[in-house]
Amino acid sequence: MSIKSRPRYSELELDIKSKRHIVVCDKNGAAAAQRMLRTSNVAAANTTVLVIGPGADKEEAGAFESMGCDVVMASPTIEAAMFRLDQVFAKATMGTRIYVAGIEGLIGQTVALAQRYGVKPMSVRQQHCGSLKRRVQCVHCKGVTEDVTTQIVTCAHCGVPLFVRDHFSRRLGAFMGVSADAEEAGVLPPIEEVFR
Amino acid sequence: MVLAFKRETFRDDYTFRNSPEAVRRFPFPFDADTYMYSVNIEPHVAGRKGSVFEHPIDIDEHYVSEMRDRALVLKNDPLRCQTLPHMDLAGWDLVELLMVSMSEAYPEHFLLERNGNDWHWVNRPLGIDDRFTFGVTSTLPYGPMEYITRQCQGDFCLLDQRDGNLWVDAGMVTTQADWSMDFDLGMNFFEWHAPVPLAHEKGVFERALKFLMQLRQGHPVRRFNWTMSSTPRLDTSPENYHKWGYERALITPENVSERLHLRVELQALWRLPRSNAVVFSIRCYLASMNDIVSVPKWGRRLHRVLRDVHPALAEYKGLTRYRQTAVDFLSKYDDGQETSPGIWPD
Repeated sequence: MSIKSRPRYSELELDIKSKRHIVVCDKNGAAAAQRMLRTSNVAAANTTVLVIGPGADKEEAGAFESMGCDVVMASPTIEAAMFRLDQVFAKATMGTRIYVAGIEGLIGQTVALAQRYGVKPMSVRQQHCGSLKRRVQCVHCKGVTEDVTTQIVTCAHCGVPLFVRDHFSRRLGAFMGVSADAEEAGVLPPIEEVFR
Repeated sequence: MVLAFKRETFRDDYTFRNSPEAVRRFPFPFDADTYMYSVNIEPHVAGRKGSVFEHPIDIDEHYVSEMRDRALVLKNDPLRCQTLPHMDLAGWDLVELLMVSMSEAYPEHFLLERNGNDWHWVNRPLGIDDRFTFGVTSTLPYGPMEYITRQCQGDFCLLDQRDGNLWVDAGMVTTQADWSMDFDLGMNFFEWHAPVPLAHEKGVFERALKFLMQLRQGHPVRRFNWTMSSTPRLDTSPENYHKWGYERALITPENVSERLHLRVELQALWRLPRSNAVVFSIRCYLASMNDIVSVPKWGRRLHRVLRDVHPALAEYKGLTRYRQTAVDFLSKYDDGQETSPGIWPD
């Protein structure tokens, strides 16, 4: 079922009019990013890559370097990557295009960060790769629970069992989680793994 | 007309009640015996004297207590009122719209004096007397939208128009039927309405958006929406759902007439002059099942609407748990007679 507030993803396409490219990807999205960069002879030389995941510094980073990308950085986790990305966005100039490929949590956080620099969410080119696990914000305490694969999940912050609504905020880069047993405490439907 | 403002609560001991006059002017939303989503938009023009349509902004006997409830919500959760930075001008547009409307419609209660940008606003029911410079936010105790919507019944959203869409970039939302301003802030018209079932497929939002993008200054429009509330709680927010959700399970055949309320939203939209933004106001009216059946036509009709409502709508509106109890109660007031067209009592 399509979710009206959830972005529709397609394959990354290089913006040949841009002077500079910023590519954010995780290990799932690295191949998609490389495929895109290979569609041009000149793009890689004007590209900053931030690749994320355990061991990405040894594996995927080398592949981007050998393609000729002029700045290649690696971070072990999304959380760690956001500090670097913040600086990359802060120093970006007009005529730069942002691309992101990976799980939805990475896409959401990249778009949300870019938005703080005045970049419209729709103008960030996005390709979903890998797991469909969700990033869920608890509507009660506002804490975010990562890597959610089930329709019911316990909030990692306040402990309320949350039902994951099919409602996605690009600003927050997250789905909404709402108490699953508010009407009858402790009564929950069977927990099913639905976002894999 | 001088209004007598009631002292009542919308939480804890729930002392909210409608006076007989308030029941008579209750905006019953069903103009037929069945209900389905549609683009039911009509011009927001002055209606019958004494009705909720008499003035562009309706102030009623619950005004003071509703504003007190809003202040309590904001005290516990300031995220209910948010403004993206580019919406400040729209906030000032809203100050003008509401102050002018309220003072013209209810001169006994509200006074607005304008001398260029030097404005003087007196709100007698809330004991407010402020002088400020129009357009200069530092001369008000809050941002412009928050300042005036702490003094006006109804939730208010400010929609920015750009890129062929309307974006909900500011809002004061404390009397909502289970949606979150904090979560939805910055969404476009389709994203914002994503959780609503059936209506997308019917093309309701596409047509509504097309219509609203053409909204002209001085030609506001309105529509109704409705749901039910298991108490007269104004703040049925997702934020606090884990605290109030249990009330839905407390409706019984014995208490349904008192506890269960029809919750009607009178939604109105205005184009704003300086910012070109659109105001979306969502004014909530509550009536208990006893209030409803005191008007025979409404009792008959609500019985038929609730009995036949589409299951997906019942689920989305949170009616599932008590719908049958409500239908059983209302059936006693439905003698099978025909009902007249339109919303007004016979």
